[in-house]
Amino acid sequence: MATVPLSHALLLSAALFAIGLAGVITRRNMILVLLSAEIMLNAAGLAFVAAGSRWLAPDGQIMFLFILTTAAVEVSIGLALVLRQNHLAKSLDIDAAGSMKG
Amino acid sequence: MMLVWLIGIPLLGGVLAWAAARVHPRASQVLSIAALGIDLCLALWLRGSHVQALTQSGAWIAQVQWPWIPRMGISVHLAMDGLSLLLVVLTLFLGIMSVAVSSSDVRDRPGFFHLNVLWSISAMIAVFMALDLFLFYVAWELMLVPMYFIIALWGSENRIRAAVKFFVFTQASSLFLLIAILGLYFVHGNATGNYSFDYAALLHTALSHRAGVWLMLGFFLAFAVKLGVFPFHGWLPDAYGEAPLAGSILLAGVMAKTGAYGLIRFCLPLFPQASNSFSLAAMILGAAAIVYGALMALGQTDLKRLIAYTSVSHMGFVLLGIYVWGQLSLQGVVLQMISHGITAGALFMIAAGLEKRIGTRDITRYGGLWHVTPRLGGITLVFALALMGLPGLGTFVGEVLILLDTFRLSIPLAVIPIAGTVFAVVYSLWMVQRIFMGESAPRPHIADCRGRELLSLGIMAALIVWLGVYPKPFLDTSAPAVTELRQSAPEARPVITSPRELLARGLP
Amino acid sequence: MLNCLWIVIALPLAGFALLALAGSRMPGRLCALVGAGTVGISAALALAMGVSFAVSPPEGRQFTQTLWSWMSVPPFSPEVSLRLDPLSLVSVCVILVVAFLIMLYSSEFMSGDEGYSRFFSYMDLFVAAMLVLVLANDLVFLYLGWEGVGLCSFLLIGFWYKVPKNVVAARKAFLVTRVGDAALLAGIFLVVNKLGTLSIPEVLSRAAVSWPANSGAANAAAALFAVGAAAKSAQIPLHVWLPDAMAGPSPVSALIHAATMVTAGVYLVARLHPLFTLSPQVLFGVAIVGAVTLLAAGLAALAQRDIKRILAYSTMSQIGYMFLALGVGAFSAAEFHFVVHAFFKSLLFLGAGAVIRGLNQEHDIFKMGGLRRAMPGTFWTFAIGVCSLCALPLVTAGFYSKDLILSSALAAHQGGIWLWLAGVIGAFITTLYAFRMLFAVFFGEVRTQVSKGSGRNMTLALVVLSLFSVIAGFCQMPSGLGGVSLFADFLAPTLPQVREGVGRLQGSLSLVAAIVPLVGIMVAWTMYLHRPRFLQGYARLPALAAVHGFAKQGFGFDALYDYCFVKPVVYLSRVNRRDVSIAYVGAISRVAEALHYLLSMTQTGRVRWYAAGVGIGAVVLIGIGVLL
Repeated sequence: MATVPLSHALLLSAALFAIGLAGVITRRNMILVLLSAEIMLNAAGLAFVAAGSRWLAPDGQIMFLFILTTAAVEVSIGLALVLRQNHLAKSLDIDAAGSMKG
Repeated sequence: MMLVWLIGIPLLGGVLAWAAARVHPRASQVLSIAALGIDLCLALWLRGSHVQALTQSGAWIAQVQWPWIPRMGISVHLAMDGLSLLLVVLTLFLGIMSVAVSSSDVRDRPGFFHLNVLWSISAMIAVFMALDLFLFYVAWELMLVPMYFIIALWGSENRIRAAVKFFVFTQASSLFLLIAILGLYFVHGNATGNYSFDYAALLHTALSHRAGVWLMLGFFLAFAVKLGVFPFHGWLPDAYGEAPLAGSILLAGVMAKTGAYGLIRFCLPLFPQASNSFSLAAMILGAAAIVYGALMALGQTDLKRLIAYTSVSHMGFVLLGIYVWGQLSLQGVVLQMISHGITAGALFMIAAGLEKRIGTRDITRYGGLWHVTPRLGGITLVFALALMGLPGLGTFVGEVLILLDTFRLSIPLAVIPIAGTVFAVVYSLWMVQRIFMGESAPRPHIADCRGRELLSLGIMAALIVWLGVYPKPFLDTSAPAVTELRQSAPEARPVITSPRELLARGLP
Repeated sequence: MLNCLWIVIALPLAGFALLALAGSRMPGRLCALVGAGTVGISAALALAMGVSFAVSPPEGRQFTQTLWSWMSVPPFSPEVSLRLDPLSLVSVCVILVVAFLIMLYSSEFMSGDEGYSRFFSYMDLFVAAMLVLVLANDLVFLYLGWEGVGLCSFLLIGFWYKVPKNVVAARKAFLVTRVGDAALLAGIFLVVNKLGTLSIPEVLSRAAVSWPANSGAANAAAALFAVGAAAKSAQIPLHVWLPDAMAGPSPVSALIHAATMVTAGVYLVARLHPLFTLSPQVLFGVAIVGAVTLLAAGLAALAQRDIKRILAYSTMSQIGYMFLALGVGAFSAAEFHFVVHAFFKSLLFLGAGAVIRGLNQEHDIFKMGGLRRAMPGTFWTFAIGVCSLCALPLVTAGFYSKDLILSSALAAHQGGIWLWLAGVIGAFITTLYAFRMLFAVFFGEVRTQVSKGSGRNMTLALVVLSLFSVIAGFCQMPSGLGGVSLFADFLAPTLPQVREGVGRLQGSLSLVAAIVPLVGIMVAWTMYLHRPRFLQGYARLPALAAVHGFAKQGFGFDALYDYCFVKPVVYLSRVNRRDVSIAYVGAISRVAEALHYLLSMTQTGRVRWYAAGVGIGAVVLIGIGVLL
C-alpha cells in the first residue's frame, strides 16, 4: 500500500484551515460562519491523524476524538445561539450582533 | 514580652470595642480609650523602669525575638530604644486624643470605626518597633488598610477619591520598598550564605555602589511618600483634608512620622554610602519643601488643606535634618516630629471644631470669631505660633537644632530654610487673623470651647509649651538611640566644605 | 537681694498667666490691679536691687543667675540664665518704671473697653518678654525675649482686631521684624558655630581672642546682628512697619513702640559692643544708617497730619540718633539717649493719647487746636515733652543726651564733621515738626470740642514722666557745664567711656548745636503760627506738593516692597492654589485613562474582526517563534 507522504496531508490540512478561516472572516451569515469553523476544526483533526500515523502513535487519533466531541458541543451551543440571535435581531447577519458589545 | 503586649492591647481592645458597640456606642469609645490608656501607661512604665539602660549608649530598652518562618530567616523581632519609645508614646497619646474628640462625627458604625482606629494604631506601634525587615513590611502594609477604611467610610464629601489616591500612592511606593527589601535580602544571602531579614544581620552588608543606590532609592521612595516629601505629597492634601478628625490626626501626627522613622532607622543605616551620595539632593528637596509648603499654605482657602500644606513644610525640616545626619539635627528631628504631631493634631481638632460651629471649612467665610470664642482663639494662637517656630514652643527647639546643624554643614543650604521661617510667619498669622479677627459676619450664637474639647486642647497646649521650655527629658530619652544610629553609619554624614563644592557636586 | 532677680520676670509672667486664664471672669478693677500691680512690685524690686547694686556691688560688678539648662545637645547648650550688670540694670529699671506708669495710665485710658483684661494680660506678657531680652545671659534666651516682644507687639497692634486695617498693620509689623530676626538667628548660628558657646560674656571674650579685627567672621556676625537690630528698631530700610504700628492703643505705642521694644536693637548692639568694635566697617554702616534714618524720618514727620504718625516718625528719627551714637562707638551715649527718650517719648504718646481720647478718636492735628485752655494739664506736660524732644538747652534732659551724641560724633575716630552736621540738621527738623505739632494741637482756634477730660491716674503718669524728662539729664553733663558723668561712670564696667571732644572748635560747634533748637522754634513759630499764609502759598506749587506727598508716604518704601515682595508671593500662591508640583498625579491617571480608551476601541463587537485578529496574531506569534 502506497503511503501518502506527511507533507501532502499537512498541505491539505493547511489549505482546509485557510479556507475555513477565510470563511469565518468573510461570511456574514452565521450558519456559514459556523460551518467554516467546523472546517477549521476538521483541518486540525486531519493534521493530528496524519501526524499520528507518521509516528505510529495513537495520540493523534485520540486527539481527533477530542476534537470531534468539541465540535459537536460547539455546534450545539452555536446553533442555539444562532436561533436566539435570529429571534432577537430577525436576521442571521453576524455583524448585527455587534450591538451586544460592552 | 512587654513589647508584644504593647501591640496586642490595641488589637484586642479594637475587637472588644467592636463588640461593645452592639451594647452602646459610648461603651465602644470608653473601651478604646481605656485600651490605649493602659498601653500608654505601659510605655511610660517602660521608660521609667529602664532609666539606667537609657543612659548607656546603644542599649535597647527591651527586645524580644522569636522565629517565625526560620527557613527564610524571618523572625518576630521587636525592639525598643529611646527613639521608638518617644514615637510610640506620641502615637498612643494622639490615639487617645483622636478617639476622645471624635465621638460626635462618628454616628455611623462606631464599633467598626474604633476597630479601625485601634488596629491602625497597633500597626503603627509595630512599625516603630519591628527590627525584622519582613515583619516591618507586614506592619507597614497593615497600617494602610484600616486607614483606608477610616477615610473612605467616615470622611467628608470627596472621601472615596481621597482614599483611593492615598491607597494607590502609598501602596505603589510600598512595592518599591518590598523589591528593595528582597533585593537586599538576596544580595546579603548570596554574599554570606546567611539568608536573613534581620536588621542587625543586614546592617553592614557590602554593596556595590550602584546596587546600593538603587536599593536605597526603593526605601527612600516608600518613606518619602509617607512623609509627604515634596514632590511626593500628591496624596497628602486630599487625604488630610477629607479624612475624619481621627484620621487626620493619626495621618499627620503619626503616619507621617513612620516615614521619617523608616529613613532614620533603615534607609540611612542600611545604605550609608549610597545615602551620602544622595544626601545633597534629599537636603535640597527638604529645603524646597519648607518654602514650597509655606507658599502653598498661603494660597489655600480650605482650612484642613492649609494645615496639610504646613505639614509639608514641617516635614521638609524633618527630611533636611535626617540627611544632615548629625547629633544635633537628629535630636532636632525627634523633637520636631513630636512637636509637629501635637501641633498638627491640635490644629486639626480646632479645624474640626470650627467646621462644626460654622458649617464650613472655607476660611474666607470665617472672621471676627475672637469675641465669641476667645478661648478657642487663644489656643489657636498658641498653635499658630508653634507653626511658625516661636521660641518657647516645641517646634522652635526642633527647628533650631536642625537649622544649626545644617548651618554647620553648609551655610548656603541653611539660608533657604531660615528664609522659609519668614514665610511661616505669614501663613500662620494670616490663618489666625482670617479666622478670628476682622469684621464678623452676623451668625447665630456659637459656643466657645469647653468640656472635653477644652481639656484635650489645653493638655496639648501645655505639652507644646513644656517641649519648648524644658525639652531635656525628651532629648535625653532619644540621645543614646541617636548616638548609636550615627555610630552605626558614620559615612552617611555628608561633607560639604564650600559653596563652590556644593555647586560642583550638583545633583548626583 | 540680687538672688531675687528671677522674681522680677516671674511676677509679670504670673500676672499674664492669671489674666489669660481667669481674666474674663475678673472685674475690671482687679484686672488692672493684677496687671499694673505685678509690674509695680517688679519695678520696686528692681529699684531696690539697683540700690543694693550701687551700694555694695557684687564681684566684678556683675551678677549671673542660671535657672536651668534649656536644651543640651553639645555643643549647642543654651541656658536659661540671667545677668545683671550696670547696662541691664539701668535698662530694667527704666523699662519697669515706664511700664508701671503706662499701665497706671492705661487703667483709666482703657476703661470701658471690652478687651480690658486682655489688654493687661498682653502688657504683662510684654514686660516679661522685654525683661528676658534685657537680662538674658545667653544668646538663644535673648532670642526668646526678642521674639516674645515681637509677638506682644503683634498682639497689641492688632488689639482692636475688628478693624481690618489694624490686623494688617499687626501682621506687617511681625513680618518685617521677623526678617531681621532671621538675620539675628543666622548670626547666633554663626557665633555658636565658630566660637562654640552661647553665653554672651563668653562669646564676647572668645571673639576678642580668636577673631582678628576686620576678619570675615567678625564682619559677618556683626552685620547679621546689625540687620536684626535695625529691623527691630525700625531703621531704614526695615522701618516700614513702625508708622502703621500706630494702629494699636496709645499706651501700647508709648510702651512698645517708643520706650522699650523699638530700642531693643540699640540695646543689642550695646550689649554686644566688643563684637561690633571688631568690625569697624559694620559699625560705620550702623552710623550711616542712623544718620540717614534720623534725617529721612524727620522729614517724613514734617509731612504727616496724624499725631501718632508724627510721633512714630519722630521715634524712628530719635533711634537714628542712638544708632549714630553706636556707630561712632559712643555706646553709653546711646544708652543715655535711650533712657531719656524712653521718658519723653512715652510722655508724648501718653499726652497724644489723652488728646485723642478727649477729642473722640480724632487723630488729625489740623482738626484739633486751641486745646491749651481745655486741657491745661495735658498741655503743660506735652510741652515739656516737646521741649525735651527738641533738646531745649540746659533745662531739658534731651539736651544733655543729644549733646553727648553730637560731641562724640564729632570727636570719635570714625565720626567727623558730616555725621555731626547730619545730627544738627536733624535737630533743626525735629524742632520744626515738634513745634508744628504743638502749635497745631494746643494753639490757634478751637476746632473740635473736648468731650472727655483726663482723670487722676492719667494725669499722675503724665506728671511723673514729665518730671523725669527734665531731671534725667542732670546725671550726665558735658565738661563745659560742670562735667557730671554719673551715668557713664556707672556704666563704665560694661560700656567703654565716651571720648568727649575738647578744644575751641568743639566748644564753638557745641554752642551752634545748642542754638539750633532755638532757631528752629522761631522758624516754626513764624511758619505755623504767626504767618501760616506764607507756607500755604508755597504748598500750592506742584513740585513742592509732590515732594510733600512723597514724604508723607514715607518715601515710597511701602510701594517698593509691595511690588518687589508682597505682590509676587501672593500672586504665586494664588495662581498655584491647585499645586502644579503634583500635577503629575493627574497626568498618570489621565494616561491610564487614555490607554483604556485606546484598547476599548478594539472592542468593536464584530466577531469577524476578532477572528481576523486572532488569526493574524497567531501568524505573527508563530512567525516570531519560527524566525527566532
